[in-house]
Amino acid sequence: MTQLSHLDRLEAEAIYIIREVAAECRNPVLLYSIGKDSSVLLHLALKAFHPGRIPFPLLHIDTTWKFREMIAFRDRRARELGLNLLVHTNQDGLAAGITPFTAGSRNYTDVMKTQALKQALDRFNFDGAIGGARRDEEKSRAKERVFSLRAPGHRWDPKRQRPEPWRLYNTRIQPGETLRVFPLSNWTELDIWEYIARENIQIVPLYFAERRPVVKRDGAWIMCDDERLPLAPDELMEVRKVRFRTLGCYPLTGAIESEAATLEDIIAEMKQSRVSERQGRLIDHDDAASMEKKKAEGYF
Amino acid sequence: MHMPAALRRDGATDLAPIQGVVTPAETSPGGLLRFITCGSVDDGKSTFIGRLLYDCQLVLDDQMESLAKDSRRYGTQNEDIDFALLVDGLAAEREQGITIDVAYRYFATKKRSFIVADTPGHEQYTRNMATGASNADLAIILVDARNGATAQTRRHAFIVSMLGIRHVVLAVNKMDLVGYSQERFDAVAAEFAQIAGKLDFAQAVAIPISAKRGDNISSRSAEMPWYRGPVLLDHLETVDVEEAAADDAFRFPVQWVSRPNSEFRGYSGFVASGTVTPGTAVTIQPSGVRTTIKEVWLAEQNLDEALVGQSVTLTLTDNVDVSRGDVIVGAAQAATVTRHARAHLLWMSQAPLKPGASYFAKLATRATAAAITAVHHTVDVFDYAPVEAAGVGTNDLASVTVTFDAPLALARYRDNRELGSFILIDRLTNETVALGLIDEPQADTASAPVMASAAQPGQLVSNVVTWLSQAREKPLRSIVKAITWRTTGSIDTFVLSFIFTQDAKISAAISGTEILTKLALYYGHERIWAHLRFGLRRVPAPDTQPSK
Repeated sequence: MTQLSHLDRLEAEAIYIIREVAAECRNPVLLYSIGKDSSVLLHLALKAFHPGRIPFPLLHIDTTWKFREMIAFRDRRARELGLNLLVHTNQDGLAAGITPFTAGSRNYTDVMKTQALKQALDRFNFDGAIGGARRDEEKSRAKERVFSLRAPGHRWDPKRQRPEPWRLYNTRIQPGETLRVFPLSNWTELDIWEYIARENIQIVPLYFAERRPVVKRDGAWIMCDDERLPLAPDELMEVRKVRFRTLGCYPLTGAIESEAATLEDIIAEMKQSRVSERQGRLIDHDDAASMEKKKAEGYF
Repeated sequence: MHMPAALRRDGATDLAPIQGVVTPAETSPGGLLRFITCGSVDDGKSTFIGRLLYDCQLVLDDQMESLAKDSRRYGTQNEDIDFALLVDGLAAEREQGITIDVAYRYFATKKRSFIVADTPGHEQYTRNMATGASNADLAIILVDARNGATAQTRRHAFIVSMLGIRHVVLAVNKMDLVGYSQERFDAVAAEFAQIAGKLDFAQAVAIPISAKRGDNISSRSAEMPWYRGPVLLDHLETVDVEEAAADDAFRFPVQWVSRPNSEFRGYSGFVASGTVTPGTAVTIQPSGVRTTIKEVWLAEQNLDEALVGQSVTLTLTDNVDVSRGDVIVGAAQAATVTRHARAHLLWMSQAPLKPGASYFAKLATRATAAAITAVHHTVDVFDYAPVEAAGVGTNDLASVTVTFDAPLALARYRDNRELGSFILIDRLTNETVALGLIDEPQADTASAPVMASAAQPGQLVSNVVTWLSQAREKPLRSIVKAITWRTTGSIDTFVLSFIFTQDAKISAAISGTEILTKLALYYGHERIWAHLRFGLRRVPAPDTQPSK
């Protein structure tokens, strides 16, 4: 008898979860962050409902500081696939002049990502939001449910999470409560890359090594993506062959020096790596429980 | 012989010496093994997993750096690295030094990839332990070599067995604290063998370890030359947990009806068991409508066959009525369709079970209402004996009869996990209050409890609980009771009359007449009371049927 591979099983599980959301949530949405995990999530959602269309919209929280290539990729994919894509920016934060440079990474993330997400969920009255977070990313994520209950105000209380035996997800919620749903919970970073390779999934070219203008800041290579990046007098812009393991706001996302220009190269490089993917994210280093705190406040 | 014979029923010996471990992602020829660690609090579960990841070189440089920092801040190991902090990710857990919630970790060696769920030891968090266990193939039960099996060890072993995990490892931890004593290990292993003997395990292996010091985790301990069995990682890499599927009948709970246009009408879902090919005759349950599979789709791929574990979309040759929650089954082997089943519950809520009350139930993709119409007994977690239930509260294991609002396709949990498991949800709080495992579906017509008919439309309500209706008497019983009571009473009347009158004839006349008049009065009185509810109290039923 034919055996399903590890990736086949992960795919079947994720499709099952996505369909449960569509069937049981009143007004669900897929949070699309343009990164590799979002690309996989979008691919799985397309597969889940084929030949039908995805029965819910996609939502992108735009901080206005994403890499330009990310925005171009987002708009091109939405056009090609005929997606119902919603884009939300925290206009209050924008008006208050909050930038990654003036506010400190923690405050900036809170205003332009966490608050912006809460605004958008409230504005469209979404009751279930599908995201691409994985348990292997970080310790407090390792304790996350597949269907994560958020109290009114989108707060996450780890002690109120529901038991989740077998594949039986309790999707019943009270007014004001919402669900965050993570179909990729059981995937590892390597699974993501191997699946991208197997399914030939399109991803933002920033994941592949190329010569790019960068500056060394706090020990990380920051890309000079546009003229808004202020350079200190002692900082020198140089061109280096780099790529990104994760994508976010360009002033807060560190590149790694790499020669990996194909998926095969990336997978080979990953197997050698001695640091985790989140190391490139400056916002996660604030302290040991920083992710948990951000999540409790409503961060994805 | 360093392991009690009863503990090793697989006969596996002479496992290959451990190969060097590697970072994730070489191919894993051994496939995926999902396992849990469980046991009492402070038996070192988190430390054990942290050690396993560390030994497999899966702790990356930046994670090692923050671990060293955290160990100094929260660690319980003085200046040493506290491996538990690798997995205890919640602030409350770090502060209290305990595990509250299940943590999932992913790692791979050259031979196999693993998903491990580190489950909490505190009794208070048993529900999280059961959640982790529900999807696992193997359980590592840790015990402290100094204490041996505790009540919590026994509870976890029972839950592990109840949830159908057939392979267990008894990891006798903290061997360094008992001077690596073989006698101590043998005693703990023998004690556990007795426990395992009462449970349904295919294989139980005992291994002496020290998670803190790394003895027998990934490499053989120099301190315990007397131990010749496999080291733990070796065992995990090679243990065969594949079992012949108990039920290979085709079962497909419909999750989503796909109607993108007038030409296409498909039914999406997850193949719970069996396989299906185009042309197979199927039955839609519970309606019983027969039809045939036309095509099997996985996104844009048209497949020759749908396999167990796949998320696919089926089309049918006939335009029949199929909704979410229905189950498409092989026509040759249909499932039992009924409202009633004997089941085991693990009660997880702080609020006790309300017998007869209506809960939401989710079984496969079917959402329905359900009530617990009889509580037969609870299970003593120490010796696994049935106990007469005074009520079902937090973390209790109970044998019950569950009655669903409408007939649905059911199976025994041991035969089919998808159609044999359910959760109960409180109607007001939406809390998941119990997980349930079906022992035996019961036919609607048999001795199954009858529900009160006073239910609201569309809602299953039962104020009359079965053991109360069972207490109502039939007229014959009232007559027999009346005769026995009156005979006793009349003998008493005769004796008293004789004492006062000293006349046997008058005494006999009084008591003889009284028998007849009071017999009739008593019967009428009994029958009237049998229909009055006044003064009745709802109590959990004693077990009237022998437990399985």
